[in-house]
Amino acid sequence: MKVKLLILGLAIYLLGATAWVISAGVIRDRSGVELLNVACDPTRELWHDINERFIDHYEKDLGVKLSIRQSHGGSGSQARSIVDGLPGDVVTLALWTDTDAVRKGGLIDPGWEDRLPNRSLPYVSTIVFVVRKGNPKGIHDWSDLAREGVKVITPNPKTSGNGKWSFASLWGSVIWRGGTEDEAREYVTRVFRQVPVLDAAARGATMTFAQKGIGDVHLTWENEAHLEVLESGGQLEIVYPPISVLAEPHVAIVDANVRRKGTKAAAEAYMKFLYTDEAQEVIATHFHRPTNPSIFDRHRKKPDGTGLFPDLDLRRATTLVPSGKWDDVQKKFFAENGLFDQVQSAARR
Amino acid sequence: MSVGVSRRVLPGFSLTLGYVVFYLSALVLIPLIACVLKAASLGWDDFWSVVWTPRARAAYALTFGVSFVAAIVNSVLGLIVAWTLVRYDFPFRRLVDALVDVPLALPTAVAGLVYASLYVPNGWLGQFLVPIGIEGAYSRLGIVLVLIFTGFPFVVRTVQPVLAELDVETEEAAAILGATPGQTFRRVLLPALVPPVLTGFALAFARGLGEYGSVIFISSNIQFETEIAPVLIVSQLEAFAYREAAAIAVMLLAMSFTLLVVINLLERWSQRHA
Repeated sequence: MKVKLLILGLAIYLLGATAWVISAGVIRDRSGVELLNVACDPTRELWHDINERFIDHYEKDLGVKLSIRQSHGGSGSQARSIVDGLPGDVVTLALWTDTDAVRKGGLIDPGWEDRLPNRSLPYVSTIVFVVRKGNPKGIHDWSDLAREGVKVITPNPKTSGNGKWSFASLWGSVIWRGGTEDEAREYVTRVFRQVPVLDAAARGATMTFAQKGIGDVHLTWENEAHLEVLESGGQLEIVYPPISVLAEPHVAIVDANVRRKGTKAAAEAYMKFLYTDEAQEVIATHFHRPTNPSIFDRHRKKPDGTGLFPDLDLRRATTLVPSGKWDDVQKKFFAENGLFDQVQSAARR
Repeated sequence: MSVGVSRRVLPGFSLTLGYVVFYLSALVLIPLIACVLKAASLGWDDFWSVVWTPRARAAYALTFGVSFVAAIVNSVLGLIVAWTLVRYDFPFRRLVDALVDVPLALPTAVAGLVYASLYVPNGWLGQFLVPIGIEGAYSRLGIVLVLIFTGFPFVVRTVQPVLAELDVETEEAAAILGATPGQTFRRVLLPALVPPVLTGFALAFARGLGEYGSVIFISSNIQFETEIAPVLIVSQLEAFAYREAAAIAVMLLAMSFTLLVVINLLERWSQRHA
């Protein structure tokens, strides 16, 4: 009798579990429109704020209840996920190559860069240093990173947008000041010898530096640096190098997915919202540099110390290759056996 | 285990056999074949140039090296723990016995994160260990430590039943014949324990080879130093190099399979000579 009850109980449990698993995949709330924003790693807080406002506006303007889901991860990893089938409606990755990788995968129509204002750039950023309180190792410029005993934290350029921008800044800090390619290679090799950990994405590197206390200087996005310093309660400081890379995180609509899901109108409104004054203000408060000139001007660092964004010499990474094309930047630096791979084998063997 | 007897006693043999074959094929063989086919699409020369790069060789050496060391440590530790659990009675013995299974139940990512937090310079253990030069996080030592954790239950669980079933009379006979406890252990008990320890070693070793979730949080993931083979495979995938990733996976599979066959043969040999 007991055995029979046991078997009956097991059968009920199995049936219930199967039904629950299947229903989770089949039953969806079809009442509103749902968008999936596939983003790079350190932009959680920004999108949380923007999404709140956009959903509000969209409902007021069109009466449609919108819900936006976020996916965050290393920029390169995210691009691969979308190509492999992640049903993102928009991509807000860290650099041109990753967004273009989605186009190469056939999911974005060619010419995506010109479909949104300002070459699809609602905001830009740069790479700065974060150091410990009091800057005990005296780090003020790129050359200080190669000094003996200075441990540098940066994410892995293979998977992370932050990683690629850091590498480009390191290389560029030599080239843009008139150095040769050999000098740049020697410098970057020396710096990478002093990288103790390569996290897969920006936020991981932040945790390693800020929470685990590893490293003397952290190369990261300007916005991530500000957040890190605020959270640290005075234990960390930002140092702005005099020259750095102009980090351009393009946004794009994933045409194939929005056509399939029927969310094209909502996705377009979402991306266009980023250029409105309200959104640009939100972008500025999250320490990204808005591309709207008047709003950026208002937040520029003034002589009296107010303002968020100091002036520094910002150069584009495409100046590091003769052709000025991103594909060549990718091939030269980050492809298999590119400069990063060569630097790593030299640094570690 | 005689198949002939089962055939006569249990009904539904053909159906069961058919189901098992189907299940194994669907879950194990088909993905493996797909992986091999993907790698094969590279062509023989390309295949070798991809799987035998210095970076890949460093990754294989590291993966097999750390798994081996962790499995050896687990064999010794596991034998001691199994011995204690079977031969002695102490308060909370059952609780300790249950705790042995924790590494199997805990998500490996949690294990990796916890280990990393413990051994960093400002962690509970790290604050004492790092000043004396023991870096347990973001180093090869860290990978070994976490693999010891995840492989721990295997040797204990394979040795326990064998130890429990050993005849007390054999030991008593040895004592009567004048053997010291040390001699009894070395010449009577240990030979009987070698097969289960070897089985446990093989299991822990195999677990270590495939371990990804825990290692990725405690390793610094730096090429040539602390990049294990699974991380190299993921790195290739991230670069959209699917065939290259499949190639490295097939290489890893082949090497693991060979090693496991060798261990299996060792087991059979030790059983015959026990």
